[in-house]
This record gives sequence, structure tokens and C-alpha cells, in this order.
Amino acid sequence: MQKSSNSYILVFVIVLTVLSASLLGFVSESLKPLQNSNIALEKKKFILTTFMGDEAVGKLTTEEVNSKYDNNVKAIVVDFEGKPLDITDKDVTLAVEYKTEPSKRKLPVYEIYDANQNLEFVVLPIYGFGLWDNIWGYVALKSDLSTIQGVVFDHKGETPGLGARITEDQIMERYIGKQIKDEKGNIVSVVMQKGEKGGGSKSIEAYENNPHAVDGMSGATITGNGLNNMLKDYFLSYESYLNSKKSTSFNSK
Amino acid sequence: MSTATIEKPEVKVSEPLFGKKQRKLISNPLDGDNPITVQVLGICSALAVTVQLKPALYMALGVFFVLVMSNIFISLLRNIIPSRVRIIVQLVVVSTFVVIVDQFLKAYVYEVSKDLSVFVNLIVTNCIIMGRLEAFAMGNKPWPAFLDAIGNSAGYGAIILIVAFFRELLGSGSLYGFKVFDAIGVNYTGNGVMMLPVGACIVIGLVIWVQRARNGYSEAE
Repeated sequence: MQKSSNSYILVFVIVLTVLSASLLGFVSESLKPLQNSNIALEKKKFILTTFMGDEAVGKLTTEEVNSKYDNNVKAIVVDFEGKPLDITDKDVTLAVEYKTEPSKRKLPVYEIYDANQNLEFVVLPIYGFGLWDNIWGYVALKSDLSTIQGVVFDHKGETPGLGARITEDQIMERYIGKQIKDEKGNIVSVVMQKGEKGGGSKSIEAYENNPHAVDGMSGATITGNGLNNMLKDYFLSYESYLNSKKSTSFNSK
Repeated sequence: MSTATIEKPEVKVSEPLFGKKQRKLISNPLDGDNPITVQVLGICSALAVTVQLKPALYMALGVFFVLVMSNIFISLLRNIIPSRVRIIVQLVVVSTFVVIVDQFLKAYVYEVSKDLSVFVNLIVTNCIIMGRLEAFAMGNKPWPAFLDAIGNSAGYGAIILIVAFFRELLGSGSLYGFKVFDAIGVNYTGNGVMMLPVGACIVIGLVIWVQRARNGYSEAE
């Protein structure tokens, strides 16, 4: 066969592509279990971080994360009415549920009980849209079901240094201690403001007296708006669950 | 791009493994023929992954692996690759290795792979790699191609690590995640410009300046 002939080129390219595809298929299949366990581990870390804090979780080894999660976190799935569904959180994909109407969503909840089986925290997964792509996270509420214990945010493609700052401790710390309900028990969420008062402790002090507002991120107003919409959207979705929980469990504030 | 590298070796006698010519293949791209600062290739990723040292290091390793493997592979195939489809063939080879790197990062250093996100996949379009394959590997034996790949990926890696060093130090006040200024008790507020790609542009500009001043470059050459 001539090297410049069409048939030679065709055979060469086909052989090369088949070889490359089989190699990649093999690599991908053999690494898949490791990759999936990384994703599962990250989720567990996120959930633990919301109520334990970033520093404490950062010190845990993989085994400790797994055992801590298995021993402390009870995962359930509820519907919009707050009724438990007969499925596990592994059957629910947040990205899919996010696109359905809030009233039809399957909502995973992670409940954390203390040694005496009293409800300590509930962790709610949230999902939304930032400036460029999806953002998501977890919010831990204290047993009064209004005070935020901690949050974790993550994103797919927000601008580094601007919107991507939602993953920084400095931003997530601003939510600690805020209230998602007003005195009457209505969901008002926590709203990130426009503009930034200076970062660090200055940001926290600036909104110390307002339990429903946190300092904004300079240059990332649209990501901030996405964050606000996501929080409000999901707090409203979880409202029935939170109310039902409140009436059944005794309050140990 | 230097044209000297395209020429095939004229002497037919067997060449030493580490002769003067071979050493030059490694040392040239580190300084006088650096892919980033002299040829100004691969700037995209140099701006994007240099906010911190850790992603920059893994990016450098990724490019090292991809360039070495594809340079050797293309050099082995150089006599049977049909010249009409050679760019596509190079692309297939490069992207195969890039996907392998991406999969390994996701499996073994998940956090880093999240930082690097799309930029690992963009190694496919990194001009340094296509440039070396087309200009060198297509016309040279595997051993020189291997050395050339080491030289060029080291030249690339060196520059992005220098840039990442200054950006992380000045932007977040840390080095490889270690808070340097906190450790020595200095209250340092990160410089926001260094966190943005603009910061990388400035640092690369300064690196090029220093290099040209040292090597005595003049426009009217």
C-alpha cells in the first residue's frame, strides 16, 4: 500500500483510534472506583465540615471521616411536605432535583444526633446557579432549626478570585450564627449584600446586628445573587420538613 | 520557533547518549529557547494555573508526562504517519495522554484536579506540545525526542513554578499552602491583583525582562 494513498491513511487512522480508545477505556474503568470513592468522601467531608468546622475535619484521616460519618450522620430523604420517602440519599441526584419544581423535589436531609439521641444539627444540601455554572453546598442548622451552625459552598466554574471565593473559609464564616427564620418563624433566609465592608473580621462585625444579612463579595455580585437565590429556594423547599421536625423533637437550644 | 531543531543530524556514526548536542536539547529550552518566555507559547495555562504552587506543580508534571510520552510516541511512528493527516494523528496521541493524566489526577489527587479543572484538558491545545511534535519529534529519533521533551517541559515547568511562587506569596501570603507571613508574625493582606490572571501577566513580563537583561537581548538583532 502506498503511504500517501487514501486506504493507507484510513487504515492507519482507524487502527490508531481503536488503540487509543481501548487504552482510555481500560484506564477509565480501572480508575473509576477510586474516583467515585473520592467524590463520596468529599461529600462526607462537606457534611461533617458544616457542623464540625473546616479545621477539625481537615485533621481527620479518610478512615476517621468514614467512621465519624457512619456513626453520627443519619441520612433520610423527605418530600416537599416534609414526609420521609422510602429511598436513600444515594438515589437522589441534586443536580436533577434542582431542575424540577420545588414541590416535586426529593430532598435529602442529614440529621446529626448527640449521645442521648437528641437532635443536634440538621444538614441540608442546597443547589443553585452562580454566574457561569452550578453552585451547591450544605447548610447545618442548630436544633432550633433556624440558627446556622456552618455552611460549605462549592462551585463548578465561578471566576477565580471573585465568585470562586464562595469556597473560602473567610466567606463561609460570615454565615455562622445567622438566622434563616424571623421571630414569627417565617423563612426569610440569609441574604448576601452587595459590596464588601473590608473582609475578615470587619465583614462579620458590619452585619453583627442583622441576623439575616452577610457581607458581600466585591466584584462577585451575580455569584452572590445566585447564592441568595439558592439559599432561599432550598430553605423554602425544606420549610415543611423543618416545621414538622420542630413540632416532634423537643427543643434543646 | 528555532529552525535549527528541525534539521536531522548529518553524521551517520552512532551518537553519544549525552554528547554536547544532546545536552543542548535539554539546556536550550531552559533559558535561551524557553517555550514560555522566549517563544511565548503556552501562555494560557501559565496565566490560569499559577495562583498557587500546588496546582502549578501538578500542571508541570502533567505537561511533562504528556510531552515526553507523545514526543517519544510520535518519533517512533514518524516514518509511518501519513503526512496528510499528521496533525490529527498528533492530536489523537496528545489527547490520549492528556485524558490519562486527567483520570489519574481525579483518582489520586482529587483536590488538585478540582483546582486545575478544565486546564488539564486544555493541555491538548497547548502550543508547546504541538510545536515540539511538529518541529522535532516528526524529524528525529526517539532518544533526542525524549531529551527535547524533557528540556521543553522543564522549561515550561520552571517558568510556571516561578510565576506561581510569586503569585501565591504576594497574593495569598503563603507558599504551597503554608502561611509564610503568619509564621513569621507579619500581618500581610493579600494583593488581589496577584490572584487574577493580570498578576500572572505582570510576573511573566518581569521574568522575561530579567531574562532579556541578563542574556543581552536587543530588538534590532
